[in-house]
Parts: sequence; C-alpha cells; structure tokens
Amino acid sequence: MARSRGGGDTPGHDALTTTRDALAAVFREEAGRLAASVTRILGDFDASEEVVQDALLAAWQQWPIEGLPDRPGAWLWTVARRRAIDVLRRDMRYQERLRALSFPVEQAADDDRLMLIFTCCHPALSPEAQVALTLRTVCGLSTAEIANAFLASEAAIIQRLTRARRKIAEARIPYRISADDELAERLAGVLAVIYLLFNEGYLCSAGAAPQRRDLTDDAEWLAALLASLMPAEPEVLGLLALIRLHRARAATRFDAEGRLVLLRHQDRARWNKAEIAAAADLVVRAARLRRPGPYQIQAAIVACHAEAASWASTDWLQILLLYDALLRQQPSPVIRLHRAVAVGQVLGPQAALDETDDLAGDLDRYHIYHATRAEFLRQLGRGYEARQADERALGLTANPAERALLEQRLT
Amino acid sequence: MKYVLLFCGDDQDAAAFEAMSPDELAARYAEVGAWFAEHQSKIGATNQLQGPASATSVRFGLEGQPVVTDGPYLEGKENIGGYAEIDVADLDEALRMAKTWPGRGAVEIRPVMTR
Repeated sequence: MARSRGGGDTPGHDALTTTRDALAAVFREEAGRLAASVTRILGDFDASEEVVQDALLAAWQQWPIEGLPDRPGAWLWTVARRRAIDVLRRDMRYQERLRALSFPVEQAADDDRLMLIFTCCHPALSPEAQVALTLRTVCGLSTAEIANAFLASEAAIIQRLTRARRKIAEARIPYRISADDELAERLAGVLAVIYLLFNEGYLCSAGAAPQRRDLTDDAEWLAALLASLMPAEPEVLGLLALIRLHRARAATRFDAEGRLVLLRHQDRARWNKAEIAAAADLVVRAARLRRPGPYQIQAAIVACHAEAASWASTDWLQILLLYDALLRQQPSPVIRLHRAVAVGQVLGPQAALDETDDLAGDLDRYHIYHATRAEFLRQLGRGYEARQADERALGLTANPAERALLEQRLT
Repeated sequence: MKYVLLFCGDDQDAAAFEAMSPDELAARYAEVGAWFAEHQSKIGATNQLQGPASATSVRFGLEGQPVVTDGPYLEGKENIGGYAEIDVADLDEALRMAKTWPGRGAVEIRPVMTR
C-alpha cells in the first residue's frame, strides 16, 4: 500500500519524495538481510552494527547521485564485506572468521532475517528496546526516524539501542531461532512487538505530520516478512490479516476535519474491498491449519465487520461467538466490554448493560467503558444517566479526536 | 559462558514456605535436589544462605570509613536465599534452567564478567 505523504506542492518536491520513498523501500528490504548475514558471519551483534551502518551510509550518499544499482543487495554486501574484513583484521580472535568471509563473494542466499527478528525480540530485552531494535536492525530505520515516530529525542533512542546491544553482548543473548519447545512462546513475543508497533502507528495516525514515518506500514511489512518465513504458523497469518483489515479501512476513521468517525457511521464505500477480501482469505488459510489463537480470532471479528454491507446487517451472532472464543483464549475485561456491544446487537441494550455492570471494578478509569455504557443507556431511554456516563468518559480522555466526539454528544 | 543464578524470594514466598507441612517441605526439597542432580554437569559453586536476620553489613562512608550494621545491605522485602554458578552456552540455556527451578520465588540471572 502506498504511503500518503501529503499533497505534493511542486513537481520537484514530488520527485524528491518519490526518490526518498523508493530508497526507503529498498533500504527496508535490504537492511535486515544485510544485518542478518553480517551478524551470522561475525557472530557479534554489536560489531555487525558498525559494519552495516557504514554500508548503509555509503548507499545513502551514493545512490541518489549515481542511481540505484541493479542489485542493491549485492552492492551493500560488497561494501559491508570489505568493512567487515577491516574489523576482523583488527582483532586476532577473528582470524578464522576472516577466512570464511574471504571466499564467498556472494551473500548467502538463505534468509537469515528470522534469526535477526528473534534476537531483536528476545524477552530478556525490554519491550521498548525490542521495538526500537527491530525497527533499526530489521527494517533499517534511522535513529532519527525512530525518534520521530515515537516523539522521543534521538539521543534517547540511541541510548536505548546502545543499552540493548550491550545487553545482547554481555548476557550473551543467542543469535538463532528458538528451540522447538520454546518456539510458540517466543513467537508470541515477536508477534506482540509487531502488534505494538502497529498500534503505535494506528493511534497516532490522526493528523500525523506527513513527514512522520507511518509505522503501520512497517508493521504490515514485518508481519508479511514473518508470514513468508513461517508460512505454517497460523497466528502469524492472523496478525497479518488483522493489520491489513484495519489498514484497508483506515481512510474512513476520521472525517475531513480530523474528527473520529465511529464504525457504525463510516462510509463503507470507501473501504478497500480487494484488500479486505484478500485479508479474509488469509484468515481462512490460517484457520485451515487448525491451531486457533487470539490474532486469528481478532482478525475473524474484524473481517465480519469489514465484509458487512452496513452496521445493521453485520453478522452479530457470529461476532458474539468469536468473542466467546477469544475470551476463552485471553480473558480480559476490555474484551468483555467489546463483547457487550455484540450482546447489545443480538440480545438488546438491557442485556448489554447488565454485561458491563460487573466490569466497573476493572474499567472504571477507562473512558471507553463509560462511553459504551452511555450508548446502551441512551438506547434504553435513560437520557440523564447516559449524559452522566458521557461526562465521566470525557473526564478520562485527553485524546482530542475522542474528546470532540464526546463533546458533540453532550451538546 | 558463566552466569550466577541468584535464588530470590520475598516475604510472601517465605511465609508460603513457613506454611508448608513437613511432608510438603520434604517433597519440595526433593524437587530441588533433583534439579541440582539434573544440571550437575553445568553447576559450579553453589550455596544456600542463612536467612537475612543473620546478615551483617559493612558499609563505607564518604571518607571510605567502614561502618558495621546489623541486617542485609539490600533493603526491602526481597532477599537472596542462595546462588549457583553455572556454565552454559548462552542466555537461552540459562533461562531454560531458571524456568525449571523448583524453589519458586524468583531467579535472577547475572552474567559473570570475563576479562
């Protein structure tokens, strides 16, 4: 999916933006591949970082002038290899590795990026470090881009990355895919990082400055990469489908003034039907592997919404059953709250309101809880209580788009 | 690669231990014994420590003068109950060992500095 970069004001600006976008796309494709190969040969996450950075920097400087090479991967590999040999020569311990590097001029054909992803998402690193390291090393983002995307200072991001790399070296976090008996647990961690990245991008996409990198694009790219490397893992397919189903409808989430538009009021004609159909096929493909999981179920729920012609004609019973399945896998008050909306559509607002009553203990500080209850109360003709609930919701959120919507309800 | 596993626990863990019947306690010690036997080839120096009530600390003041005080240096509810030095391939192998530790509480894994 093309990333929107705001309206092009001049042809020259457009051309420059296109070149930069094209470069960024090539970088994302090649940076992780290069990092994976160099790390495998050097056997040292930290040393390979220096080598990879030098190669990428050379590309940033030369490609815009000399044009994109025919085989960008081979070009980067040649530069990185030369640099790696320099690094190895400095260090006597690496003589054997130096020999390994001297002969094969071609980059290894097999994709080592899976190992890279598993190392970056190791549970011994903090979630923030996992996200930053994955963006830096696997997706090839610059530290400035990461800082910009997370509204953090570049110095803070550099420090976070340095600490993470130091921990990988000092605690000897291995560079390999987990043993079979740990794969499911570790894969869940990897998927959590990609989902976190997606949510980060999704939440801040409202009125985002055009020069800010769209993290949902990187999250989708990572999920697609993982799906191509692990095609028999249904949860990977489920997460990819979930991300694509959200992105296919992202354009209708806000109106022209940047106000939040609720699902029931969104202009479904503007949803990307082809993307939705393809993602729904992915959900079916995952289901055939017969190992259901939370991402697959969430994708199935979103697919029900995305394929429905209207809010009213949505298959609410199916959604309710899917929420029951999701709750069995992942009991959580927030999921129960979402389920209550489906209950309201199937059994009516009173049943839905009853469902939310015993969630008060967990969700009293959550604005969506009160806004959802307000909906049910309004449907029951209890206008005064509905208003109180909306006011409570307003007092609990600082998000401008959400506040605007609630204020509109209260006037 | 050498690591030290620090076997830790807080007041609640200690209380749970106190509340165990002699049979339960014996069973738990048997599990711990089996764990050490299973990993014997990877374990170096290891010891269980007397409780924090037996601890004495020597702290150094700003001028470097030693001050002896009663009690553990690390304040708070958590305590180190024992340690084991292990020699394994990498952090994943250390984690595999730590995850099967039958003594409960918590296990902190610290890589040993190499020079």
